Parts: sequence; C-alpha cells; structure tokens
Amino acid sequence: MEKFNLEFDSPPSPVGVRSTLCGVVSSGNLEVLVEAGEPSHVCRVEVNTSAVGFRDIWQAVLADFAASHAAGGLSLAINDAGATPAVVGLRLAQAFETSTGGPT
Amino acid sequence: MTLRRVSYFEASARARVAGLMDPGSVLEWCPPQQRHSSPHLALLDAPVAFDDGVMVGSARLDGMPLLFAAQEGRFNGGAVGEVHGAKICGLLRRALRERPRAVLLLVDSGGVRLHEANAGLIAISEIMRGVLAAQAAGIPVIALIGGSCGAFGGMGIVSRLCDALIMSEEGRLGLSGPEVIETVQGVEEFDSRDRALVWRVTGGKLRRALGEASDLVGDDVGAFRAATLAALARPSEVRDLERLLANQQALETRRQHFAEARDGLEIWRACGFAEPEAVPMLAVDDFNRQLAAGQAGGSI
Repeated sequence: MEKFNLEFDSPPSPVGVRSTLCGVVSSGNLEVLVEAGEPSHVCRVEVNTSAVGFRDIWQAVLADFAASHAAGGLSLAINDAGATPAVVGLRLAQAFETSTGGPT
Repeated sequence: MTLRRVSYFEASARARVAGLMDPGSVLEWCPPQQRHSSPHLALLDAPVAFDDGVMVGSARLDGMPLLFAAQEGRFNGGAVGEVHGAKICGLLRRALRERPRAVLLLVDSGGVRLHEANAGLIAISEIMRGVLAAQAAGIPVIALIGGSCGAFGGMGIVSRLCDALIMSEEGRLGLSGPEVIETVQGVEEFDSRDRALVWRVTGGKLRRALGEASDLVGDDVGAFRAATLAALARPSEVRDLERLLANQQALETRRQHFAEARDGLEIWRACGFAEPEAVPMLAVDDFNRQLAAGQAGGSI
C-alpha cells in the first residue's frame, strides 16, 4: 500500500455538501468518501492505494478533477484497489455529483 | 408503490438498502465517516474499506421500524472480519434493546475473512448467538440472499437460522463453496467451473425446492421488498424442542431420500417438475407455481 496526501486549489464547492461514500474497494475499483473540509478554496485528498509507484498519475488525475469541478472546501478520502485513471476520474465525478446534489 | 426494476444482484449493499427501505428512513450506525476499518488488513498491507464491507443501521419498511445489516460482496467477497462481524453482532444485541419489528440481514458473503480468520470465526459464532437471542426475544430475523457471493461458510449457517430466507435464483446458499469442495474432494466430486452445475446445486431455485429458502423472488430490489413484507405478515415458526426434533428428523429423511442425487435435476424431478431440464430457464412465477403444484400432488 502507498499513502499520500495531496492538495489542489479549486473553486469553492456549492453550499450544503452531503458527506457521501461512493464506490466499493474491489479489484480495479475504489471508494471515495466526501466530507466537508477547510479552507474553502482548497480540495484536500488522502489517497490509500494498493498500486505502489503511481503518485504522479494520481497527482494528474486529481488535478484534472479539481480544475473541472468546484471542489474547494471538500476533503476526499480514497481507498483504492488498483483502479485505472479513467475509473478514478469517473468515480470522483460521481462522488462529487452525489455529494453536491447534481451535476455542475 | 411502483418502482423501476433495480437488479439486486448488480446493486451495491448501499443501493440495496436505499431501494428496500422507505425513502429517507435509513440511519446508519458506525458510518464510513467514522473509519472503522480493519486493523488486520492494514497490518497485512491490503486495501481497507471505511465501513469494513458492511452497512448497519435502522430504517423503516412500510412504516415498520427495522434494523438491518447489508454486506458488500464486492469488498473481499463480503467476508466477515473482526470489525465487520462486530458491527453485525452489535446490531443484533441492540435489537434486544430497541425491539424493532424485525432484523434484516442482507447477506452477500463467502464466509469468514481468511486474513483474520480467528476473529472472523468468533464473530460468526457471536452472530449466530445474536440471531438466536433476537428470536428468543420475539424479534424475527430475515435473511435476503441475491448477491454475487451468495451465503457460504458461517454466513450460510447464519442464514439458515433465520425465520425467513428470501432468495433470488442468482443467489446461492451453501456451507463449503464450490471451489472449496473441488479443492478438497477433487473435480470428480464437484466441478466449480461448471457454472450451470454450481447454480443447479447451490442456487435459489434448488434451495427453494428443498424448503431451505422460504421465498424465491426475481432479481429485483422491489421484489425483495415485497417478499420481506409478506414474510413479516406470516407468523414465525415456534422453535420448541419438539419442532427442532421434527426438523432434524426431516433433514435425516431428506438425506436418505436424496443420497444418490448428484445434481439439482434429480431433485427437481422428485419435486414433481414435469421437465426438470427446463427448470433453470423457468421464470420465477412459473417455477413457484409448478413447485406448489408438485407439492400439492404429493411429491417431496
């Protein structure tokens, strides 16, 4: 397992974020837990992944998410069992949509 | 209430709970935000889940207060570890205090989690005791089986302790799983790669024909909900010594009767199905009708 914490600037998220869990930790999949965090212009992400040595790719996928969503003030915790970047991107979008009550 | 059909098999544990219970009534205990993950998996450097693969809590079903546990089969095969088991065990103990109308166990589990097998085995025995204690207090426990992992090992035993056992054809029930039997007894005994055989022997239709499952429903969350409500409307079986001895005798008779049976086909024939080979393809309603007709006709 490899664990790291990353931070990204992102526009403030909509008010009334619901803490949600999306996805299941199974082979090639991941779960994303969304919670409210601080400060309002930063998205914090805690990654716990079974695939060691892919931090740069996580950095790129998460930066892309933070740039395309108003995810400031969100704290994400991820348990990953070897999901591909595409699956991670979709799961993040799903978690965002579920916790903010709709697509942006 | 008319609902869009939602596949119980494909749904996650959380989606099953959301679809079964009255909207807005679900209250989860020890939610993922509290991060009750497995310390054993972490020590073994294996992935963990924030809910350790089971969701527990309270909800309402048609207004009736219930407690529920829903296992997530896709996380380590729904296997019972220490935290996972403690959540279910705690739920059953809390039932004694809260006295809900029933406890629902949404079972989707291969059994004990081998990474933490001792703790898992103890948890299973505590869950069994918890089910019996709830029943002794007059709280029915209902098992729902329709996920990809079925109910095997200790969770198979737990399921059979329940007052009602609702299965879909896709659901499976057994003690040793197909791959375990093949590993121990050889492929001549049981070919775990023969999927049709596996379902004919462990699947919902055979379990219903043998009377182990109380209800067979389609692969639909709404159908599981309806069957749960119907089960709650039935009186629970009285479990006195006389009844237990009669059940034991019935099992012994059944074992002798089917001693030579190698396949579900032979059992369906004995149950009065005119075309046993066609049973796997029968729709649930047709299956239930033909089974009832066979039983009325005096078949076993």
